[in-house]
Parts: sequence; C-alpha cells; structure tokens
Amino acid sequence: MSIDTAVDTGLGTPGSLKLDAKVPDGPLAEKWDTFKENEKLVNPANKRKFKIIVVGTGLAGASAAATLAELGYQVEAFTFHDSPRRAHSIAAQGGINAAKNYKGDGDSIHRLFYDTIKGGDFRSREANVHRLAQLSVDIIDQMVAQGVPFAREYGGLLDNRSFGGAQVSRTFYARGQTGQQLLLGAYQQLARQVGLGNVKLWTRVEMLDVVVIDGRCAGIVTRDLLTGEIVSHAGHAVVLATGGYGNAFFLSTNAMACNTSAIWRAHRKGAYFANPCYTQIHPTCIPQSDDFQSKLTLMSESLRNDGRVWVPLNADEARPAHEIPEHERDYILERLYPSYGNLAPRDIASRAAKRAVDSGHGVGPLKNGVYLDFSEAIGRLGREVVRERYGNLFEMYERITGENPYGTPMRIYPASHYTMGGLWVDYELMTTIPGLYCAGEANFSDHGANRLGASALMQGLADGYFVLPYTISNYLAEWLNKPIPGTDHEEFRRTELAAGDRFRRFLSIGGTRSPDYFHRELGKIIWDYCGMERTAEGLEKAQSEIPALYDEFSKDLRVTGDGESVNQTLEKAGRVEDFFELGMLMCRDALDREESCGGHFRVEHQSEDGEARRDDENFAHVAAWEWTGDPGKPIRNVEPLTYEVVHLQTRSYK
Amino acid sequence: MSHLANLTLRIWRQSGPADDGRFEDYSIAEISEEASFLELLDILNERLIGEGKDAIVFDHDCREGICGSCSLMIDGQAHGPQLGTATCQLHMRKFESGVTITVEPWRASAFPVIKDLMVDRAPLDRIVEAGGFITAETGGAPDANLILVPKPVAEAAMDAAECIGCGACVAACPNGAANLFTGAKLTHLNVLPQGQAERLGRTEAMVEKMEEYFGSCTNHGECEAACPKSISIDVIAVMNADYLKAKFKNRRLLART
Repeated sequence: MSIDTAVDTGLGTPGSLKLDAKVPDGPLAEKWDTFKENEKLVNPANKRKFKIIVVGTGLAGASAAATLAELGYQVEAFTFHDSPRRAHSIAAQGGINAAKNYKGDGDSIHRLFYDTIKGGDFRSREANVHRLAQLSVDIIDQMVAQGVPFAREYGGLLDNRSFGGAQVSRTFYARGQTGQQLLLGAYQQLARQVGLGNVKLWTRVEMLDVVVIDGRCAGIVTRDLLTGEIVSHAGHAVVLATGGYGNAFFLSTNAMACNTSAIWRAHRKGAYFANPCYTQIHPTCIPQSDDFQSKLTLMSESLRNDGRVWVPLNADEARPAHEIPEHERDYILERLYPSYGNLAPRDIASRAAKRAVDSGHGVGPLKNGVYLDFSEAIGRLGREVVRERYGNLFEMYERITGENPYGTPMRIYPASHYTMGGLWVDYELMTTIPGLYCAGEANFSDHGANRLGASALMQGLADGYFVLPYTISNYLAEWLNKPIPGTDHEEFRRTELAAGDRFRRFLSIGGTRSPDYFHRELGKIIWDYCGMERTAEGLEKAQSEIPALYDEFSKDLRVTGDGESVNQTLEKAGRVEDFFELGMLMCRDALDREESCGGHFRVEHQSEDGEARRDDENFAHVAAWEWTGDPGKPIRNVEPLTYEVVHLQTRSYK
Repeated sequence: MSHLANLTLRIWRQSGPADDGRFEDYSIAEISEEASFLELLDILNERLIGEGKDAIVFDHDCREGICGSCSLMIDGQAHGPQLGTATCQLHMRKFESGVTITVEPWRASAFPVIKDLMVDRAPLDRIVEAGGFITAETGGAPDANLILVPKPVAEAAMDAAECIGCGACVAACPNGAANLFTGAKLTHLNVLPQGQAERLGRTEAMVEKMEEYFGSCTNHGECEAACPKSISIDVIAVMNADYLKAKFKNRRLLART
C-alpha cells in the first residue's frame, strides 16, 4: 500500500516524503504469511556481521534484544535504569490478552482483532492489528515456556478472566502483577544472552540522540548517567523501545523517569510522530491528595466488576458517605450506561467522573474524586469473597490513603495512563528513517484512538519477540558486506557536541526554578487543554501558553550540581525540555483533528447526549507529523486508513 | 488534613565512591501526613535547589512498590518501619512529630555507594545472568496448555517470583548475604515443571555466582522481615536442598573423584 501524502487535506502543508506503510497484498488473514514468504533473510553465518542497537529494555526491548541475540546478531542493549528489570512494563497489573479460546467461549483471532479495532474507535491500521491478534497465541506459549507463573485451574490448565471491551474470557494473568512476571520472563531471557556474551548491556546510560547519515540511521549518542560521559555507538539498525509519553501531563500513573526524549529526538531527526493527541486516561486512580504529589497510583480496572461509582446528588454534601441515604446518591455510570453500567470502557467512564467533579459533586477533602463503593458487593458476596478478589488492592489503597475500603468507599479519579500515539511505523515497524525501528508503546501502530485493557503487554511482546526479528532482516539483507560509517564519522562528532552543549546550557542558565517546577506547570497546561475534554479555544490557548512557559524555562531554569557525576536534576531538565515541544504537538494534533474518537474528545464534536462523534469522511486517517525545526510549525502528513474487512460503526456501550 | 511538625532528617551525603561521606541534618517544619516518604525527599530537594545546593540523589521510579528501584535504610530498617512495604509506599502518617529520621543507603560490601543514597546493585543481575532463567529460545515453545502446572505449584512459584530485586534482604542481613534473593529466583524456577531440565545446573551456577559477591547466610532471618514482598525464608531451604543435590549429582564432580 503506497500513499502519496500530496493529497490536500486542507490541514497544513503536505509533506514531501511518501508515507508507505508497506502492507503486504492479499487477504487480511494471509498478509503476515505473505510477508514472511517474501522477506529477505540473512543466513546464520552472516548474522554476526550485523550490529543492532536496542534502546529500552522493557517488554518490547528486552524481548527484541534477547531474540535478536539468539538469532546470532550482535546486540547492544541500553537502559537508563540500573537493571533491565526496572522498566515500567513491570507495573502493569491486570493481564495479557490472547485468542487461545481455551474457555471455548467463541473467541478467535478474528474476534480479538475486531474487538481491538472497535476498542480503538476505528482509528488503527487493520493489517497491524490482525497480525497482533495472530501472534497473541504464540506469546502465551513462549512466556509459559519461560516459566511465567500464570494463574492456573486446579487441573493445571491456564486460567483466564474477562476484561473491559470484550465478551469473551481471554485474559491471562499472574495475580495483580502480570506485567512484572512477563517482564521478568523477558529480562531473564535477556540476562541469559548477556551471560553468554551475545548481548552487551549498558545500564544507567541514556540515549540523547539518533545519528542519521546519508538518509539512514547510523547509530546513537548516549550519556553515562554516572559520569556524564557522552559517547557514540554505530550500528546497522537501531530499535527504539522506550515507552510512552504519558508523563507529559506531569501527574500520571507512569513511573517517574518515563519520558519522551528518545522518540522525540528521533522525531527531530526525521521520524514522523503519529497521532500524538491519542492519550488514554484511566478512570480508576487514587485522586491527588495535595500539591506536592509526584505521581498517581492506578487501582486495577477489575475493581469495577463489583464496585459501584456514585457521587452525592447534592453538590454541597458534607456528610460522610455512609450517612448519605440511597435516594441522595447518583450512580452515574449505571444511570448513563444502563447496559454496561460500571463496566463502561475507560474513556467513557473517565469523562463521566470528570463531569461529576466539574459540576461540583466531587468527594473527598479536595472534592476531586468520585466514590467507588463496595458495600453492596460486601453485602451480596460477604467480606471474605471480596477480600479474596480484591484484598491486595484494598491493602494498597489503605497504605496510600489511610482509609479502609471495607468500611469507607474508595475515592477514585481519572489519570493519564497510556499513550496510543507515538512514532509512525510501517508494517515492518520501521520509522520514516530507514534503519530506525520503533516497538511497544513508543510506536503508534496498534491501538488506534483508545487501547483496550490487557493489550499493551500483548503488543510489546508481539513486537519484540515475533515481529522485529522477522522484519529487521528484510532491511539488513541489503547491507551485507557493505561498509557503514563508524563513530569517527563527523556526524557522530557533531551530534555529541550538540548534546554536550545542551547539557552545559542547562547548567549555565542559573535561574531560580527547578526542572520539576516547570514540568508541573507544563503538565497543568496540557492536562487542562489537552486532557479528557478538549476545545478549539483551549487548544489555541495552549499554543501560546506553552511557548510562554518555555521562554521562562530557558531563562529561569536552575540546575544545581555538575555534569560529571550523577545529577538527577540535570537528567530531568533534558526530559522536561522535550516534553515542551511534544506538548505543543499534542495540542496541535488535537486542534486539527476536528472529531471525537476514543481518548480524543472534542467538546464541539459530541452527540446530544454527550457521546463522542467521529467524522469518518474527513478523519479516517493517521496524522503523521513532520519536524520542521520550528515546534510551532510542524507539517501534517496523512496515511488514510482503508478497511478491507471491518465496517465502520458508531461505538456504543449504552 | 493533619500535618507532622518539626522533623529532622539526618541524611547520608556522599559525593562519590571515593568520598568518605557524612550525615547532614535537614529540618522540616511541616509535612502532610498524606505525603509519601519519597515525596518528602522531593520537597526537600526542591528546597535545596532553591538554595543553590545539590539535590539528594536516590533511586526511585514506579512509586508503586513494584520496580524495586527505591532502597533506603530508614532509622536502621530497610524500607523503614512498615512491614511488607517498599520505601515508595511508606507514608508520613507512620511517623510522629518532632522525631529525627535517619536515612542511609543500603549498607553492604557488594553494593558500593555511587552517590548519596544511590548504590550499585549490579551483582544481583550477575546472579540472574549465571542461571536465573529457563532456556527457551523464542519460537520453539509448545502450546501453553501442554504443560500442566498444578495450582499449588503455580502459587508457590508465584510467591517466590514476587521478588522485586530491591536488595533489602542484603541490606538487612548482618552478613550482607543475598540468599533470600537467590533462593526466591531458584524456588520460582525450580518448582515449575518447565524448570526441571536445568534445575541442578541452575542452582549450582547461581549459588556459586552469589558467593563471589555476597556474604554467607547464618539464619538470622532479618531478610524475611525486611522484604517488601514478605518472601518467606523457606526459599533458602529449597535452595540449600537443591544445592546439596546438585553437588551429589554433578557429573563433572563425580568424574573428578
């Protein structure tokens, strides 16, 4: 499939580069086999001649690095943590989807494919999603062989549970720590390759930039976080598996160090950034308790199976929850979405909670949450059953808030959780820079405008284990026995110098405010204007407020310490600067997408009863943004989404 | 919302591995009970930056008790006073007004201090690299349900697999031993049917790598009490039993005698 971006969309100047998604021909269900039949291979003896750089060691990065090393490539893996096991994949709670149909409840590859497309509000690329559903079954086999202790039935077979947005039970899980167990599986497989000497592992090293020479990605430039040393690394191909950018909002459920810098720096070097406005807000997080708060904690979506969401009918309610009689409560989700009730999808439940709080019905000391009440479930099932199902989550809640959910309803509020947007990649996961690949949450490819629960782990592992190891040889084959530029090439030198200058600049500003201060202020702007509900007016404001704050950042930033030893303040300054430019692009993308879809809700585009209204005629496409050197003037390219199998419908959960 | 008042934080400051290091006192006039311990450090760091001083370096990331990055010795206890809780999930309501709280890095010869409260825990990775895995290269796995794992076995494996690799067990141990960490990984893999083929070789490799870096276990049990995941000291018994078996059955060893 070849798309000429010179189509006039009326939105920005069409770019010069041809966006070719390289989707194989033939029927949808056969495309991946067709690709594998026709791809170029590298024979086993030649694989060791190629060096592949993998940045990030979460699910996608660790599985890719391990598998590529097993195949015989020279692999160098980079993480800014002290160990690959710290990557944020570890925090995923709920589970991983796979179309195994072990329950015999009518699941199939097609059904998982369709649920994912519908969950994404018909804004993802059909061929990628179908391949993801196909590979889901192989992931479970691989992870069980690795020793991941998934939940079991008494007979020893694997157990499944159900999750939002699906009518079958296809979610495999390991207590409430599925992400941890899967990451440890991939990490151990990577550790084996490190021990065997097949992977060179760089820890506490952060990527600062990619290097592009003669139109292909030639390597990366990194900074040693312990010594500040800036070093170049050349390779035949580079894989970025560096996660999402949810921390643009400052407060999110992401880990503190999650950032956009790797993919943003690649974007500045020519990789298109797709759909940055598609961000997921998760409805069940613990509300902010004070201004000093540094991050928000997610409570698993599974709680909504038995918890009922409500707010007091009276906005001035001052009584504690148990003193408010039934007829003075508003069970918002049950009232608005009678058929799905408290299990309405994430984007829909989040907006309902926001509207309740915005209209003054919020609960808690700051009136910034809604109740998630288990008293009915405790009455129906008994305390013991509730403890069995949710005991660990109740304990976590109590540890953080000091309140006991068995007696007092939980308070929850939506928070930034996942980003569907990311670097544009073709079917082979290659960005618009030849030789530069992007995998996992960092790319945009599979979740459209909204991701279903238990699908992030699936995508990370599919990309790393089963897609990249096939597609990367298709590119490398043509480079066999051809020389590539080494780190002595002047472009590497130039990039190193520029990166070093940037850090020296942060140290020399000598203002009065810390990087965290600016991050918090920037996050407020992005959350207010590009959060759960967006308006043209707000997004226009963001277009001027972000540059104004950036101006202050560049004059008033204070970074103490030096650049030659561990300096977390300095690391943070670089990441915050990249969030500024990304924030501009998120707001611009949200402004230009004149429709509501999935996590992107434009107030101007809603039905009479407040539901999202898509515009398939004008916006059934991917917006892939091109860097021009001016963060205020990016170029919008489009990749039309053509559906061979799926029929576009209104997504309804009423 | 209630607050604590007049706290003193006595924090270990060390500019690098070569520096001797020293305690420095910081007074905190007021802090909300709702703040987590790491947020207290965030607030202090903001103040230090405002005063033009270097921020206190400490490892942290997920702040949900799962990544294992955070690693503080608080009043002599690894991860502080609350049982089964990592530092990041410890909240100020567990403390009282007017007290002095001493904060140190992990103290163990295998974990050299990098700066302030940050230490190098790489030896834990070396133990995993030596054998903490099941060899199953990508692509060759049979259907997942062909391997039956009895529920109690899966549960026992999961209990051990919950280890977050923070190193609190080492820091709490008077000998600086890593037996709880190594035993947990071995128990996870050694009880599962998938782990049987490499069971003895894995045990030998991991135990001997562990001994290159860490002290020996003398059954104090401090590790279990410090573990934020409350992993049972039983995993050390499983490891010792398997190590003994490995020594008897090791063919290379038999061939030598």
